[in-house]
Amino acid sequence: MHPIVKPAFAPRPTRRGFLAGTGGLILGLHLAPQARAESSAPTAPTPGAFVPNAFIRVAPDDTVTVLVKHIEIGQGANTGLPLLVAEEMDADWSQMRAEQAPSNPQLYANAAFGIQGTGGSTGLSNSYMTMRRAGAAARAMLVSAAADLWGVPAAEITVSKGVVAHGPTGNEASFGALAEAAAKGPVPEDVALKDPADFTLIGAEGITRLDARSKSTGQAEFTIDVYRDGMQVVAMVHPPKFGATVASVDDSEALAIPGVRAVRQLPSGVAIYADDTFAAFRGRDAVVVEWDESAAETRGTDEIVETFTAAARTASLVAEEAGDADAALAGAERVIEAEYVFPYLAHAAMEPLDGVIEWDGSAAEIWSGMQIPTTSHATLAGVMGLGQEAVTINTMYTGGSFGRRATPDNHFAAELANVAMAGGPGAYKLLWTRENDMQGGYYRPLTVHRLRAGLDGAGNITGWVNQLANQSIMRGSPFEAMMQGGLDPTSYEGANDLPYELPNRRLAWAEMRSPVPVLWWRAVGHTHTAYAVETFLDEVLETGGRDPVQGRLDMMRADRPRDRAVLERVAEMAGWSGPGTGDRRYGVAMARSFGSYVAQVAEVEDRDGAPHVTRVWCAVDCGLAVTPDVVRAQMEGGIGYGLSSILGEAVTLEPGGRVAQVNFDGYTPLRLPEMPRIEVSILPSAEPPSGVGEPGLPPIGPAVANAWRALSGQAVRRLPMRPA
Amino acid sequence: MAITLTVNDEEVTLDLDPDTPLLWALRDHLRLTGTKFGCGIAQCGACTVMLDGFAQRSCVTPIGALEGATVQTIEGLDGPEAEAVQAAWTEINVPQCGYCQSGQVVSATSLLREVPKPSDQEIDDAMAGNLCRCATYARIRKAIRQASDSLEA
Repeated sequence: MHPIVKPAFAPRPTRRGFLAGTGGLILGLHLAPQARAESSAPTAPTPGAFVPNAFIRVAPDDTVTVLVKHIEIGQGANTGLPLLVAEEMDADWSQMRAEQAPSNPQLYANAAFGIQGTGGSTGLSNSYMTMRRAGAAARAMLVSAAADLWGVPAAEITVSKGVVAHGPTGNEASFGALAEAAAKGPVPEDVALKDPADFTLIGAEGITRLDARSKSTGQAEFTIDVYRDGMQVVAMVHPPKFGATVASVDDSEALAIPGVRAVRQLPSGVAIYADDTFAAFRGRDAVVVEWDESAAETRGTDEIVETFTAAARTASLVAEEAGDADAALAGAERVIEAEYVFPYLAHAAMEPLDGVIEWDGSAAEIWSGMQIPTTSHATLAGVMGLGQEAVTINTMYTGGSFGRRATPDNHFAAELANVAMAGGPGAYKLLWTRENDMQGGYYRPLTVHRLRAGLDGAGNITGWVNQLANQSIMRGSPFEAMMQGGLDPTSYEGANDLPYELPNRRLAWAEMRSPVPVLWWRAVGHTHTAYAVETFLDEVLETGGRDPVQGRLDMMRADRPRDRAVLERVAEMAGWSGPGTGDRRYGVAMARSFGSYVAQVAEVEDRDGAPHVTRVWCAVDCGLAVTPDVVRAQMEGGIGYGLSSILGEAVTLEPGGRVAQVNFDGYTPLRLPEMPRIEVSILPSAEPPSGVGEPGLPPIGPAVANAWRALSGQAVRRLPMRPA
Repeated sequence: MAITLTVNDEEVTLDLDPDTPLLWALRDHLRLTGTKFGCGIAQCGACTVMLDGFAQRSCVTPIGALEGATVQTIEGLDGPEAEAVQAAWTEINVPQCGYCQSGQVVSATSLLREVPKPSDQEIDDAMAGNLCRCATYARIRKAIRQASDSLEA
């Protein structure tokens, strides 16, 4: 998701709920904990627990449970947020636990959105002060309880690694021992936070993720692992073309399958209800549906690309402009031009979309991984005709998302509610197949860039024009209200506000329309803008006789020192001396996204006529690195996910409009043998933390492409680099 | 048709359609949910279990062929290799979303049982069938080497 957007429909963030009125909320939860699995979903606090605020519970057994307001989708929210609390509480890391907070925007809003939601790489950054304050308040209450108990001044009490102590008298107590007394004390209005110089956990190495063990032993409980008494499994048949609708259903063969209970037509397709997953999936294969394709997308990818390319060439809605780019190109000694085509991409998270819903006609409970629970909550209640207070959402561990579970239209929540309504009171698990996921749309938008640059006789860039065409993610969603001047920044972010001095420049966009639904996909617009800008720039620099690193540094704006620093650092790490001459070549690229700065160098060789990436050096400035190992993991993951897409991923539509890819045989993500060695350097910084979930991705594509061009002489301008 | 097999050291009888994939028998009927569904066509490896001592994709293994077979899932995985793998996985912070990791751990354990000191190429070959969209691959490699070293020590 984009970090800037603030939904117009959302309430403004409020601090009112911060330290008040939380006991009732937490005690009101009623999910029975399962003994065998480690669930991330909320549980009721144990009797005698100390609940200083909506984020923290201290149990008599000394465990400190943090209610994490962001969904854990792999990015480390269930480690980073508890770490902030532990730092200010002076807790021991081993006593910390994490649970997903329930859906409640008053208590658990994302300060960057105003509603509860995860995206735009904002999870840690927007929580940084909130969670520290929560931890500091809890510490103050424990200290106050100890002072009363021991009859000593609070100022003489110290806390370290979960032990509250008074040196002069030798008194010591654990958090759990003080919990009951602390719970009776007043909640402090204002608390002092630590001086960063005194941090012992923030910035520390050797922090084990709180979910590392349960996710290595099969104990972590995901949505797909939820089973309720009498639960039916529901599989879906969706339209084979985007925009098609159900004309008629023949369910006779499906209903003849043992275990299939019912077939129902829903707004989104046809639902097969069964006693177990195997029966549901067989029913899915057996049901015969006739489709009304009158409003469907029937163009194939080639035709769409042709249309988008023509539109890019004439794109005129100006997103950014300075100087006179046209005059600069007209007066240039030489003009270079290139067009780039980026395909639709599927998120293809390992856990297909799923949700469990149980309702009795008057109240509903949901288990799922929803990135924007506030709007999903409203959709579920709305479809079911229930008040929001009658709907409970349990956020589960989620097998990846990469943006896929942050749908502004809440199509999955609506489908889940419709499954329940059509089935009647009871429990249902809606489980998409990989085919539903791959062919279900909500793709990274297919995008065409056209770039032109003018050079003077000395090789300096005098003019820069970038025109692009793609569908808007915001259009048709609640975010549309934020499109100013008809512009959707997620369409071109990363092509504007470049770190380079380009006095005569223009960025223009053409908005395309198609029934193919599009969505934010890890790093959103930066997935294509960084590639187009940084590979084109590389060619232009070479034409002008410049080195890729020094050429960029020479053009760097004076007000972009952080961009400069990561580029200089990565060049140093890689021992940069140009693209090289042998069997292995080097490419560099950089991008600022989601508040963080990343530069990468890729080492590439030729393997059977296609690029094989052997090493990647990565320098990142993400402000203060709260958990350095999580930062490194996110850089590695972003590099792997980005490399996967540029090497081998594409969703294509056949002529007529059907999606050609069905499963992981036709849509081919990166596998272990293709993963490069990665070295990450985190630049020291006292700036506030910024995102890491997405920023590792944008530079890898252009870094690899630049190295590949040095090696093969081929500039790859239509992705992926090695089509299936 | 009733099929009797051993799952995690316990004898179980499954009275299900013999075409039922082992994956869904384990999950829906035995409630062993550590084994995950990712693709249904043996392309992603999330459903990997040990079948008669070898890593196998349970999503394409019909239970009709498993009379008398021995199955170990992530819940029942034991022995020095499994312990070393899971310890290394935790220490190195391999998992991100974690969904594929049961399959990764089973594949890695299977590799170390057969090849205690795998080469880089052997690791690549053994793990190529297990997709991870979080791309934790670099840490998977590192954890397998660390587990291998700890077994040798």
